Amino acid sequence: MSQSSKYLKIFAFIYLIFLYAPALLLPIFSFNSSQIIAFPLTGFSTHWFKTLFYQETLHEALKNSLIIAVASSCLGTILGVFAARATTRYDFSGKQITLTFILAPLVLPEIIVGVALLIVLMQMGLSLNLWSVVLGHTLLITPFSILIMNSAFNNLDISLEEASLDLGETQFGTFQRVILPLVFPGIIASLLIGFTLSLDEFIIAFFLTGTETTLPVYIWSMLRFPKQLPTTMALGTVLLVVSLVLLSLSEYFRRRTAKSNASVE
Amino acid sequence: MNKLVQVKNIYKTFAGLNAVDGVSLEIDQGQFFSLLGPSGCGKTTLLRLIAGFEKPSSGEVVIDNLHMEGVVPNQRPTNMVFQNYAIFPHLNVEQNVAYGLHKKRLSKVEKTKMINEVLDLVGLSGFNHRAASAMSGGQKQRVALARALILKPKVLLLDEPLSALDKKLREQMQLELRNLQRAVGITFILVTHDQEEALTMSDKVAVMFDGQVAQVATPRELYEKPISQKVASFIGAMNFIDGKVIDSKNVFTVESELWGTFTMTRSQMFGNPSKTFMTLGIRPERISIGTASKTDAASVSGIIKDAAYYGETTNYKIQYGTKGATLNVSEQNSFGQMGYQIGEEVQLKTDLESLIGFFD
Repeated sequence: MSQSSKYLKIFAFIYLIFLYAPALLLPIFSFNSSQIIAFPLTGFSTHWFKTLFYQETLHEALKNSLIIAVASSCLGTILGVFAARATTRYDFSGKQITLTFILAPLVLPEIIVGVALLIVLMQMGLSLNLWSVVLGHTLLITPFSILIMNSAFNNLDISLEEASLDLGETQFGTFQRVILPLVFPGIIASLLIGFTLSLDEFIIAFFLTGTETTLPVYIWSMLRFPKQLPTTMALGTVLLVVSLVLLSLSEYFRRRTAKSNASVE
Repeated sequence: MNKLVQVKNIYKTFAGLNAVDGVSLEIDQGQFFSLLGPSGCGKTTLLRLIAGFEKPSSGEVVIDNLHMEGVVPNQRPTNMVFQNYAIFPHLNVEQNVAYGLHKKRLSKVEKTKMINEVLDLVGLSGFNHRAASAMSGGQKQRVALARALILKPKVLLLDEPLSALDKKLREQMQLELRNLQRAVGITFILVTHDQEEALTMSDKVAVMFDGQVAQVATPRELYEKPISQKVASFIGAMNFIDGKVIDSKNVFTVESELWGTFTMTRSQMFGNPSKTFMTLGIRPERISIGTASKTDAASVSGIIKDAAYYGETTNYKIQYGTKGATLNVSEQNSFGQMGYQIGEEVQLKTDLESLIGFFD
C-alpha cells in the first residue's frame, strides 16, 4: 500500500467519526435512565420512548409534519417528473438557465429561501399555515426530484416510446403503458427522498408555519425545557431511524430504475 | 403491379444538411425491398420518414394510395422492427407481442389464438411467459417481428434488424426472414449496410450514398451491371482499369494496357459514353488463372504478388504490365491441390463479356 493511500484511509476514517459520532450520542442518551445528559451512563431504560406517547402537542406536530411531508413530496415529485421529462426529451431555448434556477434551492442557504418566502407571502396578504410550509418544502424537494427523475428518463430508451407509437398506441397511452412503469421506481425514490427532506426540515418550516408547528419546530421549542431533553432525544432517535430507513429504501428504488433500464441494452 | 409504397422527391434537412436529398422510390406490393448504403447515407432517415417518425422537409410518402402527410406513426399501415428491437423490458414475450392488440376489440380467446399463431410463425411457440430480461438477442429479434406482424401491417419496416447478431445466427435469420416474408406476403423494407445481406434477401435493392439513391435494381443486376464505380465498389469487389475508346460506331472499340484492343457493346457502358477516357471494371472471379500459353486478347501474363486463402476461394493479387499495376483475382479452390505460389508467373484469362465500362 502506498503512503498516500494510507493517509487517505485515516482521513476518511476520522471524517466519518466526526460526521456520525454526534448522531450516535442521540440513541445512547435516549436509552439512558438518567434525566441529565452526561456521562457516565446510569442504566438502560425505554422510559423516554414511552413518554412520547403522552405528549398531545407532539402528536399534533407529528400529524402536521406528515400532512406537509406527504403533500410536498407529491407536489415536488409531480413537478420533478414534468421538468425532467421536458429537459431530457425536448430542446428549447433557455433550457439550461431555467434548469439552473430550478436547481438553485439545492445550494441556496435555506434561511434566505425561508425569509424570501415569508416576505412574499406576507406581501400577498396570505396567512401562514400548513400550506405555506407545503409550498416552501415543494420548492426544496423539486430539485432533488428533478435530479432523480432525470437519470430515470435518461436511461429510458427513446425507441421504446417510438415502438409503442408504432404499435398503434397514443402518446398518452405510451406514457401510461411504457414510460410510467419504467420510471416508476424513480418516482418512488423521489417520493421517499421528498418525504424525508420535508419531515426533517426546520428553517423553512420555522419561518412559514403559523400557529401549527411541525415536528422539527416542536423539537426546537422543547429544547428550552431541560426536563424534556431525554424525551426530545428519544424523539430524535426515532426520527433518525425513520430517515435512514426511508433514504435506504429510496436508494434501493433509484438503483432499480438504473438496473431495469440497463437491461434494455 | 400495385405500387404499394411511393416516395416522391423527398428531402429531409437536419441542421442545414440534407440527410435525404431528393429521393424517389416505388415499392411493389409483396416485395422484399432493401435500402443499402454506408452509415450516414440517409437510409435510416428514409425508413423513419416512411414510418412517420420524421417529417419530410419537402416531398411526400404515399402508402396504398393514401397520402401520409400529417399521419402520425400510430395511424400508419406500417410497423417497424427497431435496430435494438425495443422490447418492453417490463413485459414478457406474450405481453410484448400483444401490445398493439390493446386497442382492438377482440375476445381473450381470439387474442390468445393470434398470439400463439404469430409466435409459431417466428419460432417462439411455448415462450409466452419468458421475461424480457431472459431473452437472447435472437429471441428479442423474433419477439420484435411477432409484435409487428400480429397487427398485419401493409408494410413492415426493418432497421438493421440483424446487425446485433453474431455471424452464424445472422445468416440463419437472413434465410428465416426471407421465408417469413414469402409466407406472410407483407411488403418488407429493410435497411442495411451489409451488401451481402441485401443481395441474399431482397427482390430489389436501392443503393444510397449521401442522401441520394444511386441505383435501384435486382440483386443480380446490381452485381453484374452496377451503374457507377461507387456502386460497383460498394457491392462486392471490383478491379478498375483505365481504358480508352478508339471507335464507337456500331460497337465500342476499346483499348487498355491489360487487354490490348477489343470490342464492347453499348449495354456494357454506363455514364456518358461520348468521352474518350473510361474506367473498365471486372469482378475478381471473372478472371481465371491458367498456365496456358497466349491464345487471344483476353489472355495476359502476370506475377502472383500475394495470396489469401479463404477456404472455398483464394484471392490473389497479381501484378501485370510494365507499370506495376495489380489485379485482384478470386479462384475457386480444388480439394487437395496447392494454389499458385507468390512469385509464380501465370496466364490470366478474362471473361470480357462481363466487363463494364464506366464514364463517371
